Amino acid sequence: MSPATIIPIPHTWVLALSAVLFVIGTIGVLLRRNGIAIFLSLEIMLNSANLAFVAFALQFAAGRSIAVALTGQLFVFFIIGIAAAEAAVGLALFIALHRLRETIDVDRFNILRW
Amino acid sequence: MWAEIIVTLIKLAVVIGVLFTTVPIMVWVERRGSALIQDRLGPNRVGPWGLLQPVVDAVKLLTKENLIPEGVNKLFYLLAPAIALVVALSTFIVVPFGSDPGLKLFGHAVNGFIVAPGLNLGILYVFAIASFGVYSIVLAGWSSDNKYSLLGGVRSSAQMISYELAMTIAVVGVLMASSSFRLDTIVTDQAGTWFGFLPRWNVFPQLIGAITFVVAAFAETNRLPFDLPEAEAELVAGYHTEYSSMKFASFFMSEYMNMVTSSALIVILFFGGWTLPGVAAPTGWAGAIFSIVVFSLKVAFFLWFFVWVRWTLPRFRFDQLMGLGWKVMVPLSVLNFVWVGVAMALRIL
Amino acid sequence: MVTYVFLVAAVVAVVFSLVTIAHRNPVVNVLSLAIVFFALSAIYAVVGMDFLAAIQLIVYSGAVLVLFLFVIMLLNIRSVERLGSGRPLQAALGAAAAIAVGVAIVLVIGKQAPTFGSLLPGTGKGTAFAIGRSLMTTHLFPFEFISVLLLAALIGALVLARKEER
Repeated sequence: MSPATIIPIPHTWVLALSAVLFVIGTIGVLLRRNGIAIFLSLEIMLNSANLAFVAFALQFAAGRSIAVALTGQLFVFFIIGIAAAEAAVGLALFIALHRLRETIDVDRFNILRW
Repeated sequence: MWAEIIVTLIKLAVVIGVLFTTVPIMVWVERRGSALIQDRLGPNRVGPWGLLQPVVDAVKLLTKENLIPEGVNKLFYLLAPAIALVVALSTFIVVPFGSDPGLKLFGHAVNGFIVAPGLNLGILYVFAIASFGVYSIVLAGWSSDNKYSLLGGVRSSAQMISYELAMTIAVVGVLMASSSFRLDTIVTDQAGTWFGFLPRWNVFPQLIGAITFVVAAFAETNRLPFDLPEAEAELVAGYHTEYSSMKFASFFMSEYMNMVTSSALIVILFFGGWTLPGVAAPTGWAGAIFSIVVFSLKVAFFLWFFVWVRWTLPRFRFDQLMGLGWKVMVPLSVLNFVWVGVAMALRIL
Repeated sequence: MVTYVFLVAAVVAVVFSLVTIAHRNPVVNVLSLAIVFFALSAIYAVVGMDFLAAIQLIVYSGAVLVLFLFVIMLLNIRSVERLGSGRPLQAALGAAAAIAVGVAIVLVIGKQAPTFGSLLPGTGKGTAFAIGRSLMTTHLFPFEFISVLLLAALIGALVLARKEER
């Protein structure tokens, strides 16, 4: 094995992919009215943030090993944890709302109490 | 380069061949075993002791009409059995099935009897791929446009998540003891004995973890007493009610392959893999074949255990299943995990 | 080889995330998101972050998305009646703003000099060891904090989803 295997992917590519995914997620959140679809778009946005952290980890791993440049990867772990928590609470919320209104169309939840 | 590819292809062929031949053998064992337990004869017309019965069954399934019911979501309806088979076949590639004392084949190192020797993830890879298995059941249930199928799919999604948790935490104890994800390292770690007579298998210090893992493995493979997704008494056939011929056979085969993988994982994680203390293993190729035979015998015992349990225990109710998973299995696995940590800190493990 | 895997995974991720936001059937949305996560996991794997790749699959595809499917089937949500918000002007403005931000980000990225990460020998054990050590030392506080957050989410989800006794 050579002293250091360079990963032939520049971090800018990964960042660009992350930006594209983030835009797609944003559009999904803005345009969809189905609660589940909005949540899925949020997951895309969170994952694009993950990808950005991976890109920065790659950037700081230049000349060092990916096993040393850890901070970016650790952020991804924390974001995955937060995403899991968010999905659990969000889905519970939709179950509760569905019980009240028989729908998860977010436009139908436009009054503060009933 | 070419030797490496050929060696890998041979290993792949062996693994796939063994997985596919285990299915008919297990079908026969299951039917004769159930007959034995229920004091019946079982299939005994085709071939000696009914041994050719699975062959006849296979021919029947292959030649049956390929039926797609009306109203199904065709893409997902056809995708579901394919996912089941792919997942069942691809989890086995990180499972080592014999010890390799540095053998060579065509001038190239065998690199251990494991299809993907370089993968450090080991058990994590199995969990990652196996997590796709639930999609096949959920998709089959949802796309069939049948309320029984849908109920089976809903049940399986809840069941799989619940028991995956207990299973993963139970494995953490073993991973801590061996400090590696690699299954071959976990096996070599269990060679030797304690106090000169007790095999150094993880099952002895981590009995609770082993029990939790075995129970969770039953739930993950949808076998009785946890076969709620197909529960024939209440849901007709659950998620595969609307499947026939080879599409049904794919689900059927993947269930048995998952049983083989689960048994192999139980043997590797808790019962020392191919290690057999007290027996001097021969060297060279004979030693390799000896280790493979030992491993296969242990796996065969657990396969029989699956059959034995199926025809002995009744099915749980769904609330009992969830209660067992969350209130018994998860706390027990955490207990095992804490015990291993304490024991390692006190240097008694 | 690594480059091709990355490019294919990137294209797959973009295409299926478009399907995720555009398809009317919620089950299709969830499944295409599973494919997106698989592609991202492939990217993590080819840049040497093997542990991250496995965790991505186990947590996202194995747990989070199955939870989504469970809720969709539990509530029996069929295809949504209409796509879009019924307010075309706002929708167009929002999408345009999002795309503009995206273009701006890509322009900024284009100004950066591309850097290449590397894998050093002696990291044959994968990244899991280093990550575990780091979680228990330098990043102990966020690690503990996440566990509290998960507990809070667990209790919150239980309180929200349980039936009220009336």
